[in-house]
Amino acid sequence: MSLLATNYLTPTGREEAWRFTPLKRLRGLHDGLASLGNHTSLYSRGNLATGVSFSLESLEPLASSDDVIIERIRGISPQVSHLHIAANSEISEPILLGRRGAALDSAEHSRVRISLGAHAVATVIMENTGACLLAEDLEIALAPGSRLSFITLQEFESTSVYTARHHAVIDKDAQFKSITITVGGDLVRILPTVEFISPGGSAELLGVYFATAGQFFEHRIHVDHAVPHAKSRVNFKGALTGRDAHTVWIGDVLIRAAAEGTDTYELNRNLLLSDGARADSVPNLEIETGEIIGAGHASTTGRFDDEQLFYLMSRGISLEDAKRLVVRGFFNEIITEIGIEEIINRLMVRIDTELEKAGA
Amino acid sequence: MSTLEIRDLKVSVDTDAGAVEILKGVDLTIKSGQTHAIMGPNGSGKSTLAYSIAGHPKYTIVGGSVTLDGADVLDMTVDERAKAGLFLAMQYPVEVPGVSVSNFLRTAATALRGEAPKLRTWTGEVKDAMQALNMDPAFAFRNVNEGFSGGEKKRHEIMQLELLKPKIAILDETDSGLDVDALRIVSEGVNRAKDKNNLGVVLITHYTRILQYIKPDFVHVFSNGRIVEEGGADLADKLETKGYADYVSN
Ligand SMILES: Nc1ncnc2c1ncn2[C@@H]1O[C@H](COP(=O)(O)OP(=O)(O)OP(=O)(O)O)[C@@H](O)[C@H]1O
Ligand SMILES: [Mg+2]
Repeated sequence: MSLLATNYLTPTGREEAWRFTPLKRLRGLHDGLASLGNHTSLYSRGNLATGVSFSLESLEPLASSDDVIIERIRGISPQVSHLHIAANSEISEPILLGRRGAALDSAEHSRVRISLGAHAVATVIMENTGACLLAEDLEIALAPGSRLSFITLQEFESTSVYTARHHAVIDKDAQFKSITITVGGDLVRILPTVEFISPGGSAELLGVYFATAGQFFEHRIHVDHAVPHAKSRVNFKGALTGRDAHTVWIGDVLIRAAAEGTDTYELNRNLLLSDGARADSVPNLEIETGEIIGAGHASTTGRFDDEQLFYLMSRGISLEDAKRLVVRGFFNEIITEIGIEEIINRLMVRIDTELEKAGA
Repeated sequence: MSTLEIRDLKVSVDTDAGAVEILKGVDLTIKSGQTHAIMGPNGSGKSTLAYSIAGHPKYTIVGGSVTLDGADVLDMTVDERAKAGLFLAMQYPVEVPGVSVSNFLRTAATALRGEAPKLRTWTGEVKDAMQALNMDPAFAFRNVNEGFSGGEKKRHEIMQLELLKPKIAILDETDSGLDVDALRIVSEGVNRAKDKNNLGVVLITHYTRILQYIKPDFVHVFSNGRIVEEGGADLADKLETKGYADYVSN
């Protein structure tokens, strides 16, 4: 039904939003040429606590999007996998979402909604695994006073293509914290975006990405301060090693004229562990009012610190182990925020293994 | 019984204006159980000597030799030097973000001992080492040197010295930045390592105070990239009153 519109919108790579992305490797997700599968890979693992429901529903989008692929997903999939946490429910255990039955030969166009009723509190973990061609429109609705920790783990196999928008709409006094981890896939392009619709909300977007030879990982953040007195923090750390490992981090923060009392800071740090890898980092702060608490950004890209390696090695630690310690240490700040020992260890081991494979 | 022999060591650093020779022929022999104090003006090359022996990549060896019991130290990687029994307590210990002291120490002990220390005895070992230096056990969970005060960093260095049990240790201004109590505590740590492991010590310092706690067998005056005078403990006292005027600019 949306064939005309999507054909019309096919990106060429000259658009600002697409200028870094290797379009060919999207395997037809961007131009609609991918053959359509009709499976829904997202499922909820384990029992759902009282106050939590997960079902397929027909839902209208929460927010508009200017992303071509998101528009195409919406055209193709009226059904939405909806995880809802009822108002006033405090869910102590993390809610686990996983993937099954996805495939590489046909594309999945997935729509997901995570909604929290007023004053609900929850942690949601989405484990993205397997070999798949997956385009996803994920929308998160936080009702007033609710609090969500949202952890997405991109642990795909090295052939996977995942392109998604993770869009949070934050109502009055709601608190959103996301941890976006990308360590697997051929091409992963995520748009972690946030929109404040009422004062008093806060968003903390944390992320880690680690790309090895040939991998392309893009994180294109957009935080829209359209209302007064909201707070946002962005902190993404990336490491790259191997030929043609390529990461892109875009941090767009917009403080509109109405957004008095805004407090925002965004940070991106990259560690280049070998030659032949490339990290693009573009922070971008647009400020339309001077009546703010604070706004800042920083971006750094560096290599192994010789002094750190020397210090560790002078205590008998081998070069390989010293590098592993430094990389683990670099990511530690964010990965420990996940707070779940099993996942932290799994990610650290994955990082160790990738590092070892890359011979960095 | 170990012997560290430094013979006619010449070292340069690369600068924008080309290589600059800092060490101009250093001769020094340190044996197990001995304590050698090195004193000398700022910029004379003391830290360069310490770093060169430890293998810091910034320094280029242009001549001479360093051997530990006959083995060519200059041919070893940095970690191999530590495994051979050398230890450097740094003048400016390095911060390693995100790496906890406990993880760091365990990784180092594992590397040096050839196997991971048994978890049960290890925890006690670390606790004792920290207690001996009056360090709060909470330091184990902090990141290596991150946010440590100057004095805390130095205690942390000596704690590693006691834990890792080297044969020969070079202490580069370990006494700088220590309050009077910490100076005594740290000195006691060094003396314990001397007693227990027959440690040989090179003590680089600007002050005679530490030499009242750690008695030197030899005092060497370092100036302009070489040792220009050697003597006993009384030489340090002479330097304290007269300064380095006799030794510089010639
Ligand atoms: N990269 C460099 N470029 C130029 N000069 C350098 C460089 N690195 C070291 N030097 C010089 O080498 C000399 C010796 O430095 P070193 O740190 O060994 O002195 P030191 O005796 O330990 O001094 P201090 O008592 O102040 O600790 C100094 O003059 C220093 O400026
Ligand atoms: Mg010095």
